[in-house]
Parts: sequence; structure tokens; C-alpha cells
Amino acid sequence: MDVILGLTTKDAVIVATSMAAVRGVSILKADDDKTRVVAPHTLVAYTGEAGDTVQFAEYVQANIQLHGMRNETELSPPAITSFVRSELAKSLRSRKPYQVNILIGGYDTATEKPYLCWVDYLASRAQVPYAAHGYAAYYTLSLLDRWHKKDISLEEGMKIMEMCVAELRTRLPIDFKGVQIKVIDRDGVRTV
Amino acid sequence: MSDPSSINGGSVVAMVGKDCVAIGCDMRLGMQALTVSNDFPKIFQFNNAFLGLTGLATDVITLSEVFRYKVNLYNLREERKIEPETFANLVSSTLYEKRFGPYFVGPIVAGINSKSGDPYICGFDLIGCINFAKDFVVGGTSSDQLFGMCESLWEPNLEPDDLFETISQALLNAQDRDALSGWGAIVYVITKDKVVKRLLKTRQD
Repeated sequence: MDVILGLTTKDAVIVATSMAAVRGVSILKADDDKTRVVAPHTLVAYTGEAGDTVQFAEYVQANIQLHGMRNETELSPPAITSFVRSELAKSLRSRKPYQVNILIGGYDTATEKPYLCWVDYLASRAQVPYAAHGYAAYYTLSLLDRWHKKDISLEEGMKIMEMCVAELRTRLPIDFKGVQIKVIDRDGVRTV
Repeated sequence: MSDPSSINGGSVVAMVGKDCVAIGCDMRLGMQALTVSNDFPKIFQFNNAFLGLTGLATDVITLSEVFRYKVNLYNLREERKIEPETFANLVSSTLYEKRFGPYFVGPIVAGINSKSGDPYICGFDLIGCINFAKDFVVGGTSSDQLFGMCESLWEPNLEPDDLFETISQALLNAQDRDALSGWGAIVYVITKDKVVKRLLKTRQD
């Protein structure tokens, strides 16, 4: 029951991921980072099958970083999304598909706009103003429909994110040990 | 896992008019009951052929990219634009290649032949069987509703503006009776010299 949420503001993307790492009935750790920085201005948040998640995220990270080293340039978030989607699509009809759901949050330095993309384990992709995966989506998307507007400030975005986390704390039956918030803007990725 | 063609939802419809064709789609992308996006168009343009793709969203995206690739190479080799009839056969062969591991889609093609000016529409099943029609073709989770709407509203030789009204009403009323389709609609009206793309104002539920 991992939580990953994302929302765009005027100049940034805010991504929140739950910090509990659970196996069976035990909580392994309460500070688990469910994200990987794949490029200076792009973050991949993941959830899904244990093992597949980190394996796939680090595979993406390695390939994107290699591209950056070879070509001395950063891939844009939409380009990274295309790569992620095509790898998931290739995996879908293989012997054992990756069961990983992903949110890609980035800042496109060419268009100077924040970018958020929802990609699921079937390799469906949708660029959206706000997104969530899993059970969290059922509780938070309606809040985001109600309060999110285009071009809100970072502070307003953080308030909406707090509202979403509060709702999850109220309604989810398990303790997800809070969320780690990452912000991606023109200066890169930072933890808040 | 449920039926792949009704996980994400979506509808498309195409109709023939007097020297024109129209093709329309809804804008919903869902995960069963949950709506993920209201900005997921299902119609793609390849030269003067329009392809409407419903079904499993991942295959819709994959196929739109596969056909973009194939049509680009066609343009480079043939040094001309692809015609709707030719594109339809390309769709058919591409789908049949995956006969025993198919793409879960319900494509429809619409366009006007640039040489003869004849309107052309057809539909396919997931393995590429061409369903050529002289009136209308439908596809998606509200195909039954679309069949009913089209059969009653369509008449031959509609002018472009009348064809637009007809196809729009068929799409709107059909998608309003389907839980998995809706959240917006786009209609393209194609004539020999221009293409008009209109976003319809629909129920957002």
C-alpha cells in the first residue's frame, strides 16, 4: 500500500512518496526513498512488486546517466518518459514483465515548464497536472480535482499536498510512516 | 486480470458524408472505475489517413508510434503521402503479424483519397480483419451504444456541417451511456481541402 503522489505548480513539480518499507507483517524501515534522480531535472518515483521496482528504476537511472555522459547533454523529461514507457512496453510481453508503476516528475529546461507523467506497469502513459498510483489515488485525486488550479505557487501546492497526506493518514488502514517530499524546478531536484 | 479491451475504456466512431468523412473519439483514460486522465485523445493523423484506436492504452500508444514509424518510412521510400486505403491495409498486416499474441485494440481508419476524392472508412478487429463500410464504423467500450446511435441518426450524403452534428450526437449520447467512455470528445471533419478539429463540450463524469 505504498503512496506516491505528484502535482505540478507554476514553476515546479512536487512529488511525495511514503517512507514505510513493508514486507509481510513487518516494517523493515521507516525512511525508504521510493525515488531515483535519473537526470539533473528529472525524478522517477516508483511503486509495485518488491525488487522489480528498484531494479527497473536503477536500470532507467543508469541508462539515462550514460546517455548524458555520452552526449554531454540532459535528456528532457518527455524523452525520459518515452524511454521508460518503451522499456515497460518491451517488458510487458516478455517472460516476466516488470510490475512497476511510475510517476515521472521533471522540469523541462527547453520549454521552461514543469512536467508530470503517470506511467503504469502496462506502459500506459498520461501527462497530467496531478497524479497518484495505487489506493492513494482513490483518496487523493478527488481532493486534487477540487483544490488544484493551473499555475499555483509552490506554497499553495505544498498546502494541497499536506491536505492529501492528511486524508491518507485518516483513511488508509496502515501507517505509511509519513511522506518524503521532493521538489523539481529549474534548479534541479531537492528534498523538502 | 480482466478483459484487456475494457480496462482503460474509450470509444471511436467514423462516418461517411457527401465528399467528406468525420471521425470522433472520447478523451478518457481510466483504470477500470478510476479515471486517470481526461486528455487522452485516441485519433492520430498519418498524412491524409486518420486512425482511431481504442482498447488497451499501452497498445494504443505503441501502435500510434509503430504506424508513425512505418508511414515515415513509406513517405521516404515512396516520396508521396499514403492514401487511406493503403494505410488500412498496412494496419491490417501489422495487426495480423501478432496473430497469436495480439495488440488489444479496435482500430478504425477514415480519410479521403487525395487522387479520386472518394471518402473511405473501415474498421478492424484486434487481429486485422478489415470491415469495410459505406456508412459508419464504431469501436470501443460503447460500441453497442454507438451502433444504435449511428443506425438511427445516419443518412447518406450529409454535408460536412450536418455530418459534424450527426457524428457528434452519436458519440455524445453513446458515451454518456458508457461508464468507461467520456470525459470530453474530439471530432475531426475531413474534406478534400481542409480538416476541422473540434473539441466538444460534454458531461465531465
